[in-house]
Amino acid sequence: MKTTDGTTTAGGDVRLTGITKSYGDFTAVHPLDLTVPQGSFFALLGASGCGKTTTLRMIAGLEEPTAGTVHLGDQDVTALPPYKRPVNTVFQSYALFPHLDIYENVAFGLRRRGIKSVKKQVEEMLELVQLGEQARKKPHQLSGGQQQRVAVARALINHPKVLLLDEPLGALDLKLRRQMQLELKRIQTEVGITFVHVTHDQEEAMTMADCVAVMNAGRVEQLGTPADLYENPRTTFVANFLGTSNFIEAEVDSASGSQIVLKAGGGKLVLPEARNSAPARTGGKVLLGVRPEKISLTHADEAGEIPEGRNRITGRIAHSSFIGVSTQYVIDSPVCTAFEVYVQNIDRDPRLVPGAEVVLHWNPDHTFGLDAAQSLLAGTVGSAGVGTAGEEVA
Amino acid sequence: MATLTEAPPPLAPPAPGAKPPRRRGRWTPYLLLLPGLLWLVVFFALPVIYQASTSVQTGSLEEGYKVTWHFATYWDALSEYWPQFVRSVVYAASATVLCLLLGYPLAYLIAFRAGRWRNLIMILVIAPFFTSFLIRTLAWKTILADGGPVVGALDALHVLDVTAFLGWTADDRVLATPLAVVCGLTYNFLPFMILPLYTSLERIDPRLHEAANDLYAKPSTTFRRVTFPLSMPGVVSGTLLTFIPASGDYINADLLGSTDTRMVGNVIQSQFLRILDYPTAAALSFILMAAILAVVTVYIRKSGTEDLV
Amino acid sequence: MAFVTWFKRNVVVVAGLLTLAYLLLPNVVVTVFSFNRPKGRFNYEWQQFSTDAWRDPCGVSGLCESLGLSLQLAFWATLGATLLGTMIAFALVRYRFRARGAVNSLIFLPMAMPEVVMAASLLTLFLNMGAELGFWTILIAHIMFCLSFVVVAVKARVMSMDPRLEQAAQDLYAGPAQTFLRVTLPIAAPGIAAGALLAFALSFDDFIITNFTAGSTVTFPMFVWGSAQRGTPVQINVIGTAMFVVAVLLVLVSMAVGNRRRRQKA
Repeated sequence: MKTTDGTTTAGGDVRLTGITKSYGDFTAVHPLDLTVPQGSFFALLGASGCGKTTTLRMIAGLEEPTAGTVHLGDQDVTALPPYKRPVNTVFQSYALFPHLDIYENVAFGLRRRGIKSVKKQVEEMLELVQLGEQARKKPHQLSGGQQQRVAVARALINHPKVLLLDEPLGALDLKLRRQMQLELKRIQTEVGITFVHVTHDQEEAMTMADCVAVMNAGRVEQLGTPADLYENPRTTFVANFLGTSNFIEAEVDSASGSQIVLKAGGGKLVLPEARNSAPARTGGKVLLGVRPEKISLTHADEAGEIPEGRNRITGRIAHSSFIGVSTQYVIDSPVCTAFEVYVQNIDRDPRLVPGAEVVLHWNPDHTFGLDAAQSLLAGTVGSAGVGTAGEEVA
Repeated sequence: MATLTEAPPPLAPPAPGAKPPRRRGRWTPYLLLLPGLLWLVVFFALPVIYQASTSVQTGSLEEGYKVTWHFATYWDALSEYWPQFVRSVVYAASATVLCLLLGYPLAYLIAFRAGRWRNLIMILVIAPFFTSFLIRTLAWKTILADGGPVVGALDALHVLDVTAFLGWTADDRVLATPLAVVCGLTYNFLPFMILPLYTSLERIDPRLHEAANDLYAKPSTTFRRVTFPLSMPGVVSGTLLTFIPASGDYINADLLGSTDTRMVGNVIQSQFLRILDYPTAAALSFILMAAILAVVTVYIRKSGTEDLV
Repeated sequence: MAFVTWFKRNVVVVAGLLTLAYLLLPNVVVTVFSFNRPKGRFNYEWQQFSTDAWRDPCGVSGLCESLGLSLQLAFWATLGATLLGTMIAFALVRYRFRARGAVNSLIFLPMAMPEVVMAASLLTLFLNMGAELGFWTILIAHIMFCLSFVVVAVKARVMSMDPRLEQAAQDLYAGPAQTFLRVTLPIAAPGIAAGALLAFALSFDDFIITNFTAGSTVTFPMFVWGSAQRGTPVQINVIGTAMFVVAVLLVLVSMAVGNRRRRQKA
């Protein structure tokens, strides 16, 4: 349902202007400008401690910005306490009131605003999240997935201009998380309210959001649609945090028209000008990136059968692991150690075992170029600022 | 598909120029603390200070007292009543050790072995609290009565010969001896040992026992190396909760003992309420307080558990 | 041999049950002797079965008056200590303020001090102020020593409470007062109840501090103490037994109700 009742349509953009949060010497969020368009499903993605939850809490009014303003549509809400903001939150681990039953949890917001007849709305809302039967149970009697839906219902019933979701699926197991991702997406499409979703799970962000902001160390690294972020990362952090990337440090040989030719380890590689975000002076350094699934693998004996015009490098298989839909190879090559390649399990070549000499090749259009003056490891698991999944604490 | 009807009215925008309700409640904690802390300051801290000043006063009840910094009161009190001090420490320490020895198995039983009886045993441990402890202490007079079954059995087993040799009992009787007083103290403060012990034992994951057994530890080694160290917070707070009140107690010594078992509490009580020698009484209670604070501080430091409260 | 193995395995159980017996023995004696008909003034030796005392529990002059006074004192002391203690506990857990260490010590010290010391100090103060000893001085003293225990009980509960619950309430349009009434208070209630129960038990059963601050007023523990010097009426055992039975019954009933409610809901 696209609502037309006026509360969510007129100028429902969330506008953050120069918003900052510091705790003493530590700056959790650097001055940040961000506009979340009305009706969109927006994700703030980042590792624990990157400032995404703090940003969300400043929109909710639970955290007071050190500087900057928060606008909802035309209204400046920076000075409003949370209970006066037309914004509701689905908390991490839900924060359902343990002493109230499901019905009263969902009715809580309506009652606080002095609405007397809540029965119809609460029942409809419980229908929407398919919990009509559970109305009189206490939160601890429900499963994790059901609690999660109560938390969503409790917030949505208030028709907020924006619904904030703080790692709402973090406590669920993988299967349930997948199911709830689709469920949340369905609900968002049905009610048409702006969703701002905080998560550390890149897959979750990409599955659900129309637009993703990748945050790192209190700053937004890149903003875009999931496909755009994945295909055209502008920093190594984004390239590594969303999926996996292989990098080759290369030197600019010549730049002509729409193509840049790069030198790496004696060979030449082609990078489309449109996909390069680094300065490309002849002789300068560029980081060339390519995703593991874009690469094909051919045994060295058949190198001659590879079509012309493809980027190619040689190497030797160091590891291979079979994971069902694909086989993942790690390849040692003169230009890059530990090159990752994912090959679909369609026709497996029995000669591709560790130790085999191979040629890696890919369509030059799948190459992207990044500024070489940054860490190759930014955004990988184990690097600073990136913890293991699921440890984000508000 | 469900529809959302009756959308609530949009929230009113804030009044222009309204003061932001930020930094709200800066004074709230002080307002919350004020009445209670005032109560404690006026009726706990202030009295202690008053008492300190009383202890260095001289004078008489009729003529009134004056602060004369008469520290000799402390010396006199100590030299006159040191046996009572020593007795208090010895009795309280014995009772504490006995409480630990008796209480640990019961706490362990409730935590790990009681199964569905756990709640019932818990109730039985706490329930005696609801009968006035004076009534229950008086019952020991019946239990330990001269010529009663308990004393008879102890006599027949020649236990009384041993305890008499050690000076704990005399003349084939238990009542009016140190043994009776320690027995009463142990009984009265046993729940204060059991409850903290149970709390810290209950937090121990039973899988740790399995892990220890798996790693070649005998049951006794498991207890020594795993269970007991993990229950240390309970042992520390249990011993403190037993030792402190036991050292200041005078009820057990009065009801179950004799003039030879008087503890420092008895002296303070009679100086204050019967003899009306306030400076001496104040000095005695100040010494007791200082001694206990010193013991508690050292003990907490040594055992490394700072967060008892 | 089989017995030795069994004993080795269950030595903890045997020792624990013996301790339990030690704890309960006096209550058994109190109960049995409530049916005694003593010869002299003291009820320490078994003579003859009788239900006289049970049929006339108030038959001793002053006994039931002292019991009523103790209940009254315990009620008001519980109310005062719970109110003040809960406020302190909330301030300690939920706010930052100066001199937190000093506040913590001030709360810890009354629990770490022998009662006789507090009692003597308080009496010194009352005498210095020229206060008239009686109901009010006892009440003041009881609130003082119960306060710390309430703080500890409530603090434990409030500390284990997820702060996000209050944030959720605020997010759902509850102002500070509403948040406190609708969310914080109900969730902290078990801790407050535990603190209040403890305060009631401590106040009702207190002898040492009461003895110093009561003047000529007689509470129930003081009545028992006095009778230990002059002669113990059987009625004391009757009251003691009745208190024990009522307490155990109340606990059992509340547990049964709790169990049934849980089963219905599940």
